[in-house]
Order: sequence, then structure tokens, then C-alpha cells
Amino acid sequence: MAKQTPFYQCHLDANAKVVDFGGWDMPLHYGSQLDEHHTVRQDAGMFDVSHMTIIDIQGEKATDFLRHLLTNDVAKLTESGKALYTGMLNHEGGVIDDLIVYFIDQSNYRIVVNASTREKDIAWISQQAQDFSVTVSENNHFAMLAIQGPEAIAKTNQILSEAQKQAVKELKVFFAVDSEGFFIARTGYTGEDGYEIMVPSDQASAFWNKLLQAGVKPCGLGARDTLRLEAGMNLYGNEMDEDISPLEANMGWTVTWQPEERDFIGKSALIAQKETGVKNKLVGLILEGKGIIRSGMKVILDNGEQGTTTSGTMSPSLKKSIAIARVPKTVGESVMVEIRGKHIPAKVVKASFVRMGKALV
Amino acid sequence: MSNVPSDLKYISSHEWIRLEDDGTVTIGITDHAQELLGDVVYVELPEVDSEVALEDEIAVVESVKAASDIYAPISGTIIEVNEDLEDAPETVNSSPYDDGWMFKMQPSELSELDGLIDSESYQNEIED
Repeated sequence: MAKQTPFYQCHLDANAKVVDFGGWDMPLHYGSQLDEHHTVRQDAGMFDVSHMTIIDIQGEKATDFLRHLLTNDVAKLTESGKALYTGMLNHEGGVIDDLIVYFIDQSNYRIVVNASTREKDIAWISQQAQDFSVTVSENNHFAMLAIQGPEAIAKTNQILSEAQKQAVKELKVFFAVDSEGFFIARTGYTGEDGYEIMVPSDQASAFWNKLLQAGVKPCGLGARDTLRLEAGMNLYGNEMDEDISPLEANMGWTVTWQPEERDFIGKSALIAQKETGVKNKLVGLILEGKGIIRSGMKVILDNGEQGTTTSGTMSPSLKKSIAIARVPKTVGESVMVEIRGKHIPAKVVKASFVRMGKALV
Repeated sequence: MSNVPSDLKYISSHEWIRLEDDGTVTIGITDHAQELLGDVVYVELPEVDSEVALEDEIAVVESVKAASDIYAPISGTIIEVNEDLEDAPETVNSSPYDDGWMFKMQPSELSELDGLIDSESYQNEIED
């Protein structure tokens, strides 16, 4: 029996096409995935992301622990509410998960990890925490809703309480604030401005209904995937997994090497990789012939070397097929993609296609 | 509930076939198929004048989600394709039985037409 989020009845009421997603009953779309995509690029849409896992890390040694656990350095976080995107690696330097960590204070952090990696993440974090005086606790009190798009903030603010309105007034990008039981973050996974809001579960459907009345449209997992792909954002399991180094997954910027004395899990493996040379990188592809690129297709470079697409789709904003591909660093300005037995030319670009409603390519 | 017109023939892989008065056939995908696929964003059609055999994969319909093969419901020659779908693939969603038709064929083995199923049988199949 699949798990249901506190918004489940809201999805049914909005005529969602519900599918099983990693053991959760989740909305794929509410009629048209394409319309939902455009709504987020042009107006405001909301996504149920309650299937994601919230873990609170607390205790005197919480900072030391996270500096050991994560590739990015939480010591950079000094302002309460500041968020940091980071990888969590195994000892071999493979990516166990990518996650966001919120700094509340030196002994109090909140992290949000992927739904599909929940069990292994909790097991890994708890195991690593044994040497530190910290508590690792899954927080099940919240439903989570991402409200995204150029009008997302204005429309959401209309329905917040007076105290919450005050709290978000100066909220900067990649910061969160706790107000009247809501944890409101200015983050997202679409390339648009907006919020990701943790709402107490018992207030979830009331909050959803108020947003509906404010003109925020329900959007499903289908649109979530095309939006994140246009934004060039990684999806765990596609762009990276436990056998892939962050250095081959466009996550080099999330690895903080200094100060040298900080030793995080996987660091020595990454240093060894740098010494022997990192062979591959992630790039963006724009198809120049007919067809649609999907994940797992062969990419052929001019010099005969090969790579693979990790995600691909028809971009609803660009009306062209786009993809993210892992290819040898020797890649030039164009490649061939093998689509259903045919070699179709594609242009190589930075893996970031659309941001803030504008085409970047 | 999906629309299954009674004047058409069907095959189990969700293509519909209309037998025209001039002995040719017109082929598309069913309302049920377009619902399963979701928003159609690309259609690759066969070459006009190409010879195809029963059950050959001859066209592709791609939605935002996935690609789906279209099979030849009979053997014969492709005589016309719906070129409008190239610029407006979403027509397959909005009008699967009319403007969203995919290609026309001249059948070469008339006996194969007996292998097509009627609307009632197709309706039963998709309800299972």
C-alpha cells in the first residue's frame, strides 16, 4: 500500500492523475503537464513535495558532525535560516545523496533529502553520527509544498498571516524563516523564484485551498521534471548516484576544499581522482535534428569517444529536445546522439537552458 | 471514460483503423492511447510509398513522458501521412479520431483485415 501525503485528498479533488512514485501516491499531472510547466514559467504553480524527507540534526557537536558528513562546509553558514546545497558522499567519493541543509544555530540544523533515498540516508547519517554527540531525528510533523513561478511569492504572501508576512518581507534567496509553525524557504527546483514551505500536516489542506483561491495552480511531478531539466538541475539517480563522483556531476562547486584540515567523508577519494585526472563532465545538449532525447542514449563525440545522456526531454519552453549528458572532457561544440538507431546532431552547451522565464541558449 | 467509436476497427496495441470506401485505410491512435501517453510532443511518421508488413514498427509517438511505437495494423503501402502533426503534435490529444489521424495505407493482404477487432472487443480489452 503506497503512502499518501497530507495533500492526497487535494490531489483527488483537483483531478490528479495519481501514480506510484517511490512508494508514494503522487500526482503526475492534473490534466496537462505542458500547461503546468508554462504556468510555472509565466505565473505560479504549486507542487506537493511532502514525500521528501526532513531530518533534524541537533546537539553540541552538530556543526562538527555536518562538516564531516557533507562536501560543502556548514561553517560558511553564520546567519540563521541560511541554506546550503551539498553532496553527501561515501568513502569512495560516490554520491549517496544531494541535499539542502538549513542553519538554525550552531547546534541546530535541518536537512531535506530525496524521497527515493530516505532509508539509506537515515541509516548512513545515523551510523556516521555515532562518533559525535548529536541526535538525528526524522521530522514527520510537516507537509511540504513548493510554490514556484514569477508570481509565486506575491500570490503566496496574500494568504500568509500578518506575522508570516512580516517574517518573509526581507527573506533573501536561499534563506528560510520559521514563523507560526511554518518553515518558509526561498528555494526551489524549477529555475524560477518562489518558496518551499513546510506546513504543519494538520493545516496542509487548508493552506492548499487558500493558495488555489489566490490563483496558484496545482502542478505534478511531470512538470517538476521538465522544469528542473530546463533549469539544468541534477536529479538523483539520473545525473549522479553512489558510483558517480560529484566532480563528474557538475557538483564540483559544492565541494569545499579549504580549510585543508577539514576532513569530510570521501575527501581523500576526490583528491586521488583529481590527481589521476577527472575524465568526464556533465554538459547540456540541444538536439538539432528531429526526435526527442531520453536518458541512457549513446552520445558520440567528434573524436569517436562516447558518453551517455542522463536526462532528456522535449523542452516545453524552448520547443526543442534538450538533455543533460555525461561525456569525456574532450567534447567539442557538437556531438551525435543515437536516437532509436539513428545518429542525430546536437549542440553542446552549458547544462542550464531556462532560468527566470528566459532562455539561456 | 475513453471514447471508442463503433464505426472503426482496432488492434490491441491501441491503433484505430478506418476502412475507406475506396479500399484504402486510415490509421491513428485511440483516445485511450492518447490518455495513457499524456501530452504528445512529437510524432515521427513513415515515408510515403514505403512498403510495410503487418506488425512492423513504422511510426513513433512521443509524449513528454515517453516514446511509444506505432505498429502497422496490416501489410501494404503508405500512401499519405498527416504532415500537420509535425507542427501540431498535440492534435493527437485533442482529436485522436479526426484531425489527429497519422497515415493512410493501401492494403496488400485483404485477409489481414479479418484480424482487426471491433469497438466492442476493444472496449472490453481496455476495461480489463
